[in-house]
Amino acid sequence: MLILLGVAVVIVGFALRFNPLLVVIVAALVTGFFAGLTPIEVLSAFGKAFNENRFVSIAWLVLPVIGVLERAGLQEQARTLISRVKAVTTGRLLLVYMAFRQVTAALGLVSIAGHAQSVKPLVAPMAEAAAELNNDALTDHERERIRAMTAATDNVALFFGEDVFLAIGSILLMVGFLDQSGIKLAPLELSMWAIPSAIAAFVVHGTRLILFDRSLRRPVPKKEDGQ
Amino acid sequence: MITYSALYILAGSLFAIFALLSVRDAHNPKRWTTGLFWALFSLSFLAGDYLGDLGNGFLVLSMAIVAGFGGLAMGKIVTSSSDERRVSSLRWGNWLLLPALMIPLITLGGTFSLKLITIGGVPLADPKQATLISLAMAAIIALVTALLLLRQPLVSPFQEGRRLVDTIGWAALLPQMLASLGAVFALAGVGKVVGDIATQWVPADNLMLAVVVYCAGMALFTMIMGNAFAAFPVLTAGVGIPFLIQHFGGNPAAVCALGMLAGFCGTLMTPLAANFNIVPAALLELKDRNLVIWMQIPTALMMLVINVGLMYWLAFD
Repeated sequence: MLILLGVAVVIVGFALRFNPLLVVIVAALVTGFFAGLTPIEVLSAFGKAFNENRFVSIAWLVLPVIGVLERAGLQEQARTLISRVKAVTTGRLLLVYMAFRQVTAALGLVSIAGHAQSVKPLVAPMAEAAAELNNDALTDHERERIRAMTAATDNVALFFGEDVFLAIGSILLMVGFLDQSGIKLAPLELSMWAIPSAIAAFVVHGTRLILFDRSLRRPVPKKEDGQ
Repeated sequence: MITYSALYILAGSLFAIFALLSVRDAHNPKRWTTGLFWALFSLSFLAGDYLGDLGNGFLVLSMAIVAGFGGLAMGKIVTSSSDERRVSSLRWGNWLLLPALMIPLITLGGTFSLKLITIGGVPLADPKQATLISLAMAAIIALVTALLLLRQPLVSPFQEGRRLVDTIGWAALLPQMLASLGAVFALAGVGKVVGDIATQWVPADNLMLAVVVYCAGMALFTMIMGNAFAAFPVLTAGVGIPFLIQHFGGNPAAVCALGMLAGFCGTLMTPLAANFNIVPAALLELKDRNLVIWMQIPTALMMLVINVGLMYWLAFD
């Protein structure tokens, strides 16, 4: 039971907003201590896993090209493009992006979009520009909420799309784990059960996107005042 | 055969340049510690396989201490002004989109074709690593295209890359750190303790409650681990198989698939899923680093209830 104190360190550390890197190190040391490991053993295990997980950080290789495109005006062009579309709103734009992201993820194409390569340079500026068309006095807080909702939409669409694909990591993990437990299943049997949730996610989050539009729209202030 | 090793050399070189630019930046009040942080990241990519486990451990510890005690600061931003960007966007128009669209298209093409190309019977790229290798190739080809097509200066990729990586700051390291914490949790047996607790909580006479314990347990444990993949074996061995599948006779495919999706609801609600929730907040320059999570919580909670309902109605005939 005391091992869970390491988990408590994570929860308290993140809640109190200490620097997450330090929280993670302390949590690892606390967990190791109650599991009877020396700090050196914990540090070795941590270092080994860190080295094996370097591929997680490979995605940063896209930063230079994204930065260069921003330098050349990509965000501005994204805004220009979206402002030419009649009847566009932030919610409708994100709804279309969600459908695209969910369908492509369901086909296994999870890496074709993402926070660095599509949300930041393209979709978030478009979503902000769409909101400007319907509200000429966006506050900074509203702008941040729009950007956050764009990132949130990418995540929701990805999570509730990718499991429909047969060869995605989580499906293969389930097949492997169940096989060890003596239950033989084909990937298709698992992935088809992800379809109802995928549809539900589109309905639930899509509804929220449409409602999100309402929270951004503000009645145009009346010019004349009766009194 | 191209493997991750080639990408590590590339990433290591890139971060080495970021480190150099940081140290030379007299406008950065913390240029030495900022430079040290990126230099250590570079060292991990270039020499991680030769440092040994403990050596890597000390490397991570140093990075966490540098960043954790406020050693990172933004450098001088060398980029175009918003007026220059507006003029440039009018000049290039939709050509600006071409390199941006090349990234997904080349990633896609590479993922499918790299596996098929063989030289002397050996595939050109490791099939298991084809997606990330394709992404890196796409980034390079798109970058060269952008430089030539849009006539950007040769030094701009490094200046702009450093601008973005400075914006992300310590969050750039967090996903890899959390993956390593998961390994320490696994070594210490955290999963078994959680699984045992969950097992004690499952009522053997109430199907609905058992489904709720499994799904909510998946979401909660995923929030703690930052990753549904780590939670799935624990909760499925402790609750899913013995109770839902064997005791109540549930359909294994439906129980597991929906259980994993319940875990994904947890991923949407935790700062420990850093690459999905914290990194975008940094990239999008949000003041509240948890704002993406706040926007996701209503969807995540509703989807958790829906997954419980779907499992209850569909998995048990």
